Amino acid sequence: MDTADLPFLTVTELQRRLRARELTPREVVDTLAARIEAVDPAIHAYLSTDLDQARRDADAADVSLPLGGVPIAIKDVISVAGQPCGCASHILDGYVAPYDATCIARLRAAGAIPFGRLNMDEFAMGSSTENSSKGATLNPWDTTRVPGGSSGGSAASVAARTAFASLGTDTGGSIRQPAALCGVVGLKPSYGRISRYGLVAFASSLDQVGPFTKTVEDAARLLGVMSGLDPHDSTTLDAPVPDYAALLTGDIKGLKLGLPKEYFISGIDPQVEAAVRAAVDHYTKLGAEIVEVSLPHTEYAVAVYYIVATAEASANLARFDGVRYGHRARDTSGLLDFYGKTRAEGFGPEVKRRIILGTYVLSSGYHDAYYLQAQKVRTLIRKDFEDAFQTVDALICPTSPVPAFKLGEHTQNPLAMYLQDIFTIAANLAGVCGVSLPCGFAQVDGKDLPIGLQLLGPSFDEARLLQIAHAYEQTTDWHTRRPS
Amino acid sequence: MKYLTTIGLEVHVQLKTRSKMFCACAVEYGAGPNAHTCPTCLGLPGALPVMNQHALELTTLTGLMLDCAIAPYCKFDRKNYFYPDMPKNYQISQYDLPICVGGAVPLHDLAYPKDAQKSIATPDKKVGLVRIHLEEDVAKSFHYDTSTGVDFNRAGTPLMEIVTEPEIGSPEEAFAFLSSLRQILLYGGVSDADMEKGQLRCDCNVSVRPEGQAEFGSKIEIKNMNTVSGVRKALAYEVQRQTAELEGGRKLQQETRRWDDASAQTFLMRTKENAHDYRYFPDPDLMPVRTETLVTTARAGMPELPSAKRARFVDQYGVSGYDAAVLADDQDLSAYFEAAAAKAAKPKAIVNWVLNDLLSAVSSAGKGMRECPLPPQALTELVDLIDAGKISGKQGKEVFAEMFGSGKGAATIVKEKGLEQLSDTGTLEALVDQVIAANPKPVADFKAGNPAPLNFLKGQVMKLSKGQANPVVTSEILQRKLTAGEGPGGV
Ligand SMILES: [Zn+2]
Repeated sequence: MDTADLPFLTVTELQRRLRARELTPREVVDTLAARIEAVDPAIHAYLSTDLDQARRDADAADVSLPLGGVPIAIKDVISVAGQPCGCASHILDGYVAPYDATCIARLRAAGAIPFGRLNMDEFAMGSSTENSSKGATLNPWDTTRVPGGSSGGSAASVAARTAFASLGTDTGGSIRQPAALCGVVGLKPSYGRISRYGLVAFASSLDQVGPFTKTVEDAARLLGVMSGLDPHDSTTLDAPVPDYAALLTGDIKGLKLGLPKEYFISGIDPQVEAAVRAAVDHYTKLGAEIVEVSLPHTEYAVAVYYIVATAEASANLARFDGVRYGHRARDTSGLLDFYGKTRAEGFGPEVKRRIILGTYVLSSGYHDAYYLQAQKVRTLIRKDFEDAFQTVDALICPTSPVPAFKLGEHTQNPLAMYLQDIFTIAANLAGVCGVSLPCGFAQVDGKDLPIGLQLLGPSFDEARLLQIAHAYEQTTDWHTRRPS
Repeated sequence: MKYLTTIGLEVHVQLKTRSKMFCACAVEYGAGPNAHTCPTCLGLPGALPVMNQHALELTTLTGLMLDCAIAPYCKFDRKNYFYPDMPKNYQISQYDLPICVGGAVPLHDLAYPKDAQKSIATPDKKVGLVRIHLEEDVAKSFHYDTSTGVDFNRAGTPLMEIVTEPEIGSPEEAFAFLSSLRQILLYGGVSDADMEKGQLRCDCNVSVRPEGQAEFGSKIEIKNMNTVSGVRKALAYEVQRQTAELEGGRKLQQETRRWDDASAQTFLMRTKENAHDYRYFPDPDLMPVRTETLVTTARAGMPELPSAKRARFVDQYGVSGYDAAVLADDQDLSAYFEAAAAKAAKPKAIVNWVLNDLLSAVSSAGKGMRECPLPPQALTELVDLIDAGKISGKQGKEVFAEMFGSGKGAATIVKEKGLEQLSDTGTLEALVDQVIAANPKPVADFKAGNPAPLNFLKGQVMKLSKGQANPVVTSEILQRKLTAGEGPGGV
C-alpha cells in the first residue's frame, strides 16, 4: 500500500487503519524509520532509536489494544528497560535503564511501542534544548530557531512528523512551552495524575510526565492509558481515570473561562497577544463565558520556582557521582577529588548553576530566608488558583510570551531564559493541569512561527480541560498545518 | 577536684521487618553481596521510595513502650551528604517532626554490669528521651588493597534512632541503659537488638566538668563500639582522658572520636570545624504520615513490659524481687516459668528448679531456653511429686536429669526406677520393728541416752526398704517406738 501520508496521521487515525488491517504495525515502524532517517538529521530530535526491537514489538503487537502497534518516542529522562536513559547529560554516559518507568509499563500494556530517545535540556533544565550535552535540537518551522525546552526533542519530533506521539516532562513548562513553539499539543497533567516512578527526578514536587500529540484527542488517549494510582509512587492519587477521549463532545456552552490579568503583561509579543485574544473571542463564539480573574501572586512564581526546583534538584542530582553508573573521572586522588572531578566533567554549566543555587538556598543560615519563605509563597500561589477555580472552569492565556527564538539568543543570559517560562511555572507550583495547543502563527523574518494557547484547569479535572481544548481545535485548523 | 560526667546516647536500632524501609527487597543477613537490591535501594535514576507501614508500626510501638508522646503527624526529610555507602547521597530520615517525642527508659538493677550492681548510684533511675525517629540504613563498605566494594543489602533497611537526654551519669549507667532498652525492644519484638550483629549501634556524647560548674563541658562524641561492654569501656576511658586533660589545665574542644577496641583507646576523627551542613528538607517523594491508626494498631500489640512483669511475679507467685528480675530478663525463661508455675501446687518451688537446675542443664547442653527439651508441664509434675512426698528431693534431681535426657515424664521415670517413696505407715512400722528387733545393742545405747544410733537405725530402715522409705516418716516412727518403751511399766 501507499505509505506516503502515514507519518502525518494522528494516533487515532493510525489505529483505525491498523485495526482495519489497511496497515500492519511492521509497515508503520518501517515507514517511521525511513521518515526519521530522512528528516531527523536536520532537526536532531532523536538521540537514539532501537528500531530492531521496535520491529520485533510491532510483529507481536495486538492492534485491538488501546494503543496497539503505535510507536511512541520518549524523552531521554524516562526509563525504558534496555534503552539508554542519559538525560542528555555526559554524567549518564553508558547508563542503560534496567527497568521500565510506570508510564512506560502502562504504554506497553496498552500495546504501544517505545522505540526512541528524544533530546532535551540536560536533566530537563532549560527552555531551549540548547543545554543538551548531545547538541541542540532545531525547530522544524525554522531551523535557525530553538524548539523550546526542556522537552524540545519531544515537541520537534511530533512537529516534524518523525513521531506520531511522544512523551515529555513538565517541571515549569517543559511540555507546554516547546509544544507552543513547535505548534503541537502538549499536555501537563495534574501533579499526581501520572506516576513519576522511572522518571529521572529534576524537582520531585513539580515534575509530571505528559504527552505530545498532533491533536487533543490523541493526548486524551495517551493520558487515559498512563494515569492512575501507582504503588511505586506515593504522590500519585487514587482518583478515577475517566475515558478522556469519550468525553470530548465539542460542547462547551455555558462554561466559564478566566482571563488572568497578570498574564497579559508588557513584554509579551504583540503577535502572540493578538492570536491569544482572537482565541478568546473564538471561545465566546463557541458559547463560553469569559471573565477576568486575578492570580495576585503570579509575579513571585519565577523566584519561588528557582528556589524550590533547585533545592530539590540539588539533592536529586547528588546520586550522579560515578560510583555506581555513568561517567567517572580518571586519575583522581581520594574520594572528594573523585566526586569533584566526576561531577565537574559530567554536568553542563546550567545544571551546575542550579545545583549550586539549590545547595545555597538549603544551607544553614539561608534555609529559612529562601527555602522556607518560598514554600510559604508557593502555598499562596496554589491558593490563587483554588480561588480562581471557584468561579471559572479553566484559565486561558498565552503559553509563552514569544514565538520560537533564535539559537544562542539567550544562552549568555540565564535570567532571560528563565523568563521564557513565566506563564507556565505557576501551574507546576500549584499542581494544576495545563495544555498548550496551536492558536495561530507569527510572521517573523518571513517565516511562520507557531503560537501556543494555554489552558489551565483545576487539579484532576483533565477531562474538562481537554474538552475545552478540543472544542477550539475542532473549530480551527491551526493544528492541521505542518512545517514544510 | 571532683568532676561530674554527663553522657547522652544516640542509639540506632535495626527494626525486625520483612522488607526494607522504602522498597520490597528482603531484609536478610548473610545473603551474597547485593543480592537484595532493586532500583530504589540502589538509588538508580528515577526510582522512588514507598513507605514500609510495618516499620512505622514498630517505631510507634517502641514509642508507646517507652512512654513517648506520639506526634499526630510526622514527615520524612532528606539529609544530604556524600558517601559511597549512600546510593542517593542523601539519607531519608526525620528532622523536625519525628514520630516519637519524650519518653524514658527505666533502668533496673540487673541491667547494670555485675560488678556494679552492689553500688548503684541512683536506683530506679529513668533516663529521659529526646525523641525517636525512623530512617533508612546505609550500605556496607568493604575496603581492599586498592579498591572498595559496597554491599547494598543493608542499604535502605529500617533504622530507628533513639536519642537520650544528657542524663546518664556514668559508664555503668550507660551500660544499664542499653541493657534495659534492649530488653524492652526484645519484649516488643521490635528488633533482635544484637550489638555484635550491628542490629543495635550506639554513639555516645560524653562531657566532663568540675563539680560546681553549671554548664556542661565540651561535648565529645565517640563512635564505633560493638558491644555493651565496649560502650562502658570507651566511656570509662574517655571520662578518664577528659578528666586528665582538665586536671592538666588543658581545654577540651567539641570533637568526634573513634573507639578502638584492640588498643582500648579513642582517637580523634574530626573536630567541630569539619561538621556537616546536612541541608535537611522535606522529602517531596513521601507524603506526611498521620499516626492515628498506627497508634491504635501499636496499642493492640503492646506487650507486658519487663517492669510490670517483675512486679507481677512477686505479687502472683511470691518469688523474690531478685528472682523475678532474673526470670523477666529473658522472655523465653519467664514464659517457661509461668507455664510451669501456672498449675503447680507451690509455684515458689518452681523458681528454684528453673533458675538453678533447668538453666544450668540448658546451658551445659549448649542450648537456649527455646530449645529446652523439658516441657514446663513436666517440671510441674516433678515438683509436685517431691512436694507430695512421693519422692525425695535428692531423687528429684536424679529424675530431673533423666527427664532432661530422655524427655520422659516424671511419674513414668519414678515408676520405671521404682523410686516411689515409701510413706505408708503400716509397712514402715513393720520395717522399723524388724530393725529394732535385729539391733538390740544400738537400741539399748539409744535408750541409755546416746542419740547417735538413731541415724544408724534410720539407715537400716532405708536399706531394708531399698532406699524408698520416706525419711521424715521413718524418723517419726523410729523415735516414737524407741521412746515408747521408756515409760513407767515398761519392759
Ligand atoms: Zn530494594
